[in-house]
Amino acid sequence: MLSIEQLKKSLFVSLWFAFLTFPLLVIKVDPIERTVQWRWENMALVAAGSFLVSLLVRVFQVQQERRRERRATGEFVDRVPIMQIILSEPRYLYTLSGAVLLCSLVFPFLFSTYQTNIMITALMYVMLGLGLNIVVGLAGLLDLGYVAFYAVGAYSYALLNYHFDVGFWMALPIGALLAALFGVLLGFPVLRLRGDYLAIVTLGFGEIIRLILENWNEFSEGPSGISNISRPGFFGIELSLEHAILYLYYLMIAMVVFTIFVVNRLQDSRIGRAWVALREDEIACQAMGIDKRKTKLTAFALGATWAGIVGVIFAAKTTFINPASFTFLESAIILCIVVLGGMGSIFGVIVGALILILLPEYLRALSDYRMLAFGAVLVTMMIFRPQGVVANIRRSYQFKSKAEGEG
Amino acid sequence: MQKPVLQVEGLSMDFGGIRAMCELDLDVHQGQIVALIGPNGAGKTTFFNCVTGIYNPTEGNVFLNPPDGSRPIRLNGLKPNQVTKKGMARTFQNIRLFQKMTVLENVMIGRHCRTSSYIFGAVFKTRATRREERETVEKSYRILQQVGLADTVNELAENLPYGAQRRLEIARALATEPFLLLLDEPAAGMNPQETHELDELIKQIRDDGHSILLIEHDMKLVMSLSDKIYVVDYGKKIAEGSPREVSSDPAVIKAYLGEDIDA
Amino acid sequence: MEYFTELFFSGLTRGSIYALIALGYTMVYGIIGLINFAHGEIYMIGAFTSFVVATVLSIYGFPLLSIVLLAGLAAAVWSASYGYTVEKIAYRPLRHAPRLSALISAIGMSIFLQNYVLLAQSSEFQPFPELIPDFDFMEPFAHVVGSSDLVILLTTALVMVGLTMLIKFSRIGKAMRATSQDRTMAMLVGIDVNKVISVTFIIGSALAAIGGMLIASHIGQINFFIGFIAGIKAFTAAVLGGIGSIPGAVLGGFVLGLTESFATGYVSSDYEDVFAFTLLVLILIFKPAGLLGREAAEKV
Repeated sequence: MLSIEQLKKSLFVSLWFAFLTFPLLVIKVDPIERTVQWRWENMALVAAGSFLVSLLVRVFQVQQERRRERRATGEFVDRVPIMQIILSEPRYLYTLSGAVLLCSLVFPFLFSTYQTNIMITALMYVMLGLGLNIVVGLAGLLDLGYVAFYAVGAYSYALLNYHFDVGFWMALPIGALLAALFGVLLGFPVLRLRGDYLAIVTLGFGEIIRLILENWNEFSEGPSGISNISRPGFFGIELSLEHAILYLYYLMIAMVVFTIFVVNRLQDSRIGRAWVALREDEIACQAMGIDKRKTKLTAFALGATWAGIVGVIFAAKTTFINPASFTFLESAIILCIVVLGGMGSIFGVIVGALILILLPEYLRALSDYRMLAFGAVLVTMMIFRPQGVVANIRRSYQFKSKAEGEG
Repeated sequence: MQKPVLQVEGLSMDFGGIRAMCELDLDVHQGQIVALIGPNGAGKTTFFNCVTGIYNPTEGNVFLNPPDGSRPIRLNGLKPNQVTKKGMARTFQNIRLFQKMTVLENVMIGRHCRTSSYIFGAVFKTRATRREERETVEKSYRILQQVGLADTVNELAENLPYGAQRRLEIARALATEPFLLLLDEPAAGMNPQETHELDELIKQIRDDGHSILLIEHDMKLVMSLSDKIYVVDYGKKIAEGSPREVSSDPAVIKAYLGEDIDA
Repeated sequence: MEYFTELFFSGLTRGSIYALIALGYTMVYGIIGLINFAHGEIYMIGAFTSFVVATVLSIYGFPLLSIVLLAGLAAAVWSASYGYTVEKIAYRPLRHAPRLSALISAIGMSIFLQNYVLLAQSSEFQPFPELIPDFDFMEPFAHVVGSSDLVILLTTALVMVGLTMLIKFSRIGKAMRATSQDRTMAMLVGIDVNKVISVTFIIGSALAAIGGMLIASHIGQINFFIGFIAGIKAFTAAVLGGIGSIPGAVLGGFVLGLTESFATGYVSSDYEDVFAFTLLVLILIFKPAGLLGREAAEKV
């Protein structure tokens, strides 16, 4: 399958990586004790690992090449992926959704409170992912400061609760609105920038918000954060911790269902189509009579709204927040969820969030390598499967032979 | 006599001190097909970009006089989307379709500026939104039938053959309900059969009551379609008139065949 | 007045480091139109490599001058290798992909490298060996400008003159300029565009590594996270000067360094990083082409 030539190339790659990682992976110095530790085993690992990866990539490329050739001669017909079939056939889709919903409803009774708690976190990321998906996946605006809106939501509730004893249900719409307002305030000046500038400005904005929260002690209590935030109220009844978690879990399920409903409706609407068109070609979009700024701003503000909602829920769940929860890495994780799952695909984002949040939780041994893996996932997905695990499919319409259209 | 639907007066465009277009005048009358021709780099696409608001012209005026007799509209300083909404739509020389969207969706995007439902309507599927969506789909489908793409509604735009993509661009522009259509080299890259069909299509669009301004290199097509031809070279108008007048104009022959025709 | 002079020199020092890193952003942007998000990490890797090498050599008792030279060389060589590899793995396959894909890949690379160093070395701040001694002749001025400031300023000046000569007069420099003007055309006249892009990454990365070593020894400590903030600030400098423009990057670096120095000195030191970000947001909104950049109209 692979020629000697290619083996040689892989060998060279492995030598190169051994060289590359030498100073940082092999040598470890202790500048205080003044000792040097030589970790040669790391070099062997890197060499072997990069050799294997390089071989795998080569095998993959050869296969792709063959498939392309056979496709050209008509010998090979692409199989429609099973996910694609399920998603495009309403019957299957409803059955699947129903089954998933049923499983998630009985989940807390089958697993421990600890598991339920982890699941709540995962569901929060599902919502964040779906929110960012509107901005990045549909409208194609790379927002690297998404976490700022999440922070706005969380701090709105925390501060309102701390100063004015405002309850969760009151704070939820307020947090969402404030986040949307921030989205508009930031979006208004920066949305006319080109894509890569937008990425950097949003990144900077996210950092500014965090730095302000960290340094403005009178306002946000600085790095020590705000504690004793009230949990969501349940008709004025004081819940035990266990019940509070259960309550929060069902609340999250309801919120996720609501989010999916909204995003799904938006996706196939006039505004949703405009977002996708904007992502595809801005100039053509304008020439078709779409107001670029208004459309972008809507996407930006809607995405921010969702981050704000989840922020409020986050503050209520942990009952304690500080600026450390709102670093750039948080934005990166959410972006990674969207990219891995499939930009623009609701189902994909859900799958992405569950994989990326649950996997490190259950593979504790690997959790140190979490961020490393996230970085690698972003690069690998872009190179080998930019459409994500579950690709987005466009809605199709059926027509009778007459000019009559039906949805 | 009725005012021309498109009235361009003394349009000039500078790029960093270089004059790409110099005091161009041009009229398109209702129901006419007008062609803008000239060698490569003569400033034809620049003219389209200035008229449609993508560039902001350095000097000159662009007016639209809607055929329904409503007040003239000055286009200078309007954004491309506003221009489109006023009733002038265009296609692009290098095809700019929404590649990852279906053929039907591409045309539905054209309906955007004639519809109004927004977030609230989309989420709650109000009666007005549902009616609007139904209309959008029907109208888009009808336009696709008109340009002969009704069989490919659910294909992705990127999967269409070249000629079909050009026709889809026209369909998309028609969906914005323009009274004036600007076509930028619609026949580029088409084979003779496709060009012939395009010829029919453009005439049919004209007969439906649209006025058309087109940039084209295919002289056979230009001569067959046009009521009037403008010839530009180096950003200046060098001739205007009926196809017959223009094709015998010495300045035009010189521009196309070079200075040293006698040598 | 003395305070002013002190702030001025510390601003110049900062600015020259920003300029060194900004050059890498601007060169890469000029040639492939991509914001190389991983560039800050390349700078951090350079600083870390010099930290490791310098510490090892000082433990083994090498003389100071040889430590400085060898650590600097190692930093430049390895950073350049990382830069080259990053381009080959993460950017080259995406050269014809949508912009968004390359950008996401770049962010992924940045996160990856940061955590790679975190895992391979340490999450703690490490004390960086003092590589630049206090010169005797600097004694009378020590209260306003330190010896390391002087060394940093001189080194950057030297490097920048060298880079300018390289780009103006050498063959590869001409090829780089041609490629940034029009990549397709450069290819048609026989320039090996892939090679030019690789060389651009190599030069940019080596410059960042030298900046990394200088600033780390100036500040006296190092950590895996320094690339992130420095990266954004250097990017700010590049945008401020006009991205794609080499003199612009240098100018932008100094303007940013001085702004930061005076702002932290006279306004508040808590918000050191906020000033840079605010400046970035303001330029992008009001003058996205930067001080020395050209406004580029998109071709339709």
